[in-house]
Amino acid sequence: MYVAVKGGERAIENAHRLLASARRGDQSVPEISLDQISEQLGLAVDRVMSEGSLYDRELAALAIKQARGDLIEAIFLVRAFRATLPRFGASEPVETGAMRVQRRVSSTFKDIPGGQILGPTFDYTHRLLDPSLAEGFVPEAPATAEASTAPTPRVTDILGRDGLIESSPQAEEGASVGDLTREPLNFPADRDLRLQNLARGDEGFLLAMGYSTQRGYGRNHPFAGEIRFGEVEVEFSAEDVGFAVPLGSIELTECQMVNQFKGSATEAPCFTRGYGLAFGQSERKTMSMALVDRALRARELGEEALAPAQDEEFVMSHSDNVQATGFVEHLKLPHYVDFQSELGLLRKLRREFTDANAPDAMKEAAE
Amino acid sequence: MAVLAHAEAGEIAARLRALALPAHQDLRAPENGLVMLRGRVGGDGAPFNLGEATVSRAAVRLASGEVGFGYTLGRDGEKARLIALCDALVQSSDFSGAVEREIIAPLREQLMIRRKQVAAETAATKVDFYTMVRGEG
Repeated sequence: MYVAVKGGERAIENAHRLLASARRGDQSVPEISLDQISEQLGLAVDRVMSEGSLYDRELAALAIKQARGDLIEAIFLVRAFRATLPRFGASEPVETGAMRVQRRVSSTFKDIPGGQILGPTFDYTHRLLDPSLAEGFVPEAPATAEASTAPTPRVTDILGRDGLIESSPQAEEGASVGDLTREPLNFPADRDLRLQNLARGDEGFLLAMGYSTQRGYGRNHPFAGEIRFGEVEVEFSAEDVGFAVPLGSIELTECQMVNQFKGSATEAPCFTRGYGLAFGQSERKTMSMALVDRALRARELGEEALAPAQDEEFVMSHSDNVQATGFVEHLKLPHYVDFQSELGLLRKLRREFTDANAPDAMKEAAE
Repeated sequence: MAVLAHAEAGEIAARLRALALPAHQDLRAPENGLVMLRGRVGGDGAPFNLGEATVSRAAVRLASGEVGFGYTLGRDGEKARLIALCDALVQSSDFSGAVEREIIAPLREQLMIRRKQVAAETAATKVDFYTMVRGEG
């Protein structure tokens, strides 16, 4: 418990003034613009949109600027902003199969229809710092080639045709879609709520959880069936219009993990799946999400759930970095009364300890 | 109309200026809000809530009675109003041809040029596999 304390108003006001100055830094250095953040720190913007759970590049860039590059603080700002706007409704589910793909790789099949497309990736770079980027770097124009009009079906759809992989669970007629921003979380949680939680979950947390499954804490033998990044169209069934209106397009990354197979006396064995989806180019995030999504299906697939990544209450209760940072950082707030009572108790215990041991000590001294 | 959602407000406004616009009024003043974006489990399964997006909307009525609605991603209310105006205009037999010709068609062409450029740059990163021949025969 912490209690309200009075005083310190001027100190707080001056601290915020100092923060504003520190945020700006040396004023002889040009100020950074939102366009610069959006264009040149694009992956930070993508992460803030994903975990802030709000698709708006400009707002995410502003949040990064205001938070001095502290992405969790920026995510916090975006979440707070989101609470100020009314919700018009929910979109039609996006069709990732119709994505205008800018990157698409599969580690399971070399020859996939539509091909392996590397796109703008850090993969295969040497991870050596490049001094030429320090200033005045002008990149070469990207190479071009004739674009194919061939469709790029999801790899899981190809496997699905032969029944080699489980099909995606379909919604029951009239079932509502769970929304953890509207209803408090209850366990056990269905897959829709789990995916919503993971989609806005902290990338670092999910990375560690996903990694733990690879290291043996809930192993599920994953293959990156497909990772794709690109633009998808968004449609919204507006009540006043009476049909689905186009809202524009968003960038998404999707990861389909193909995992260890299962089968039974009545069902032929087939691969199982884990799924990841996030705003922007968020590859590490979606891969981690897919690993954890699959791990959280342990119960459903009749696996022994002993590892942390298989424990949905543990994962879902600790994945949100805004909640986590709120609780951890609240320790900075005044806890004077709490601490005074602890201090009083400790002094009492120490007195009792001294009293209890004093005669022994005197005895020893006498001997 | 999907083309308009992909254009900038300034581009739509500039092209609308070329038209002699009929009298019209805001039926719903531009407002900002959120739409929850949905994905599907596995890409093709049951829907789930992925996260929200900012959306602007507006509605415009022409003096002749046609009502247009404008929706777009982002917080540019003026863009939503311009889309609503175009939506109302395309329903009017006097203006539908001009809107398609002067506004939508050129914006569609610009959009296609941008998309083709991205597609061509993407295509250059497609992997061509070849098999190394091992040893002799």
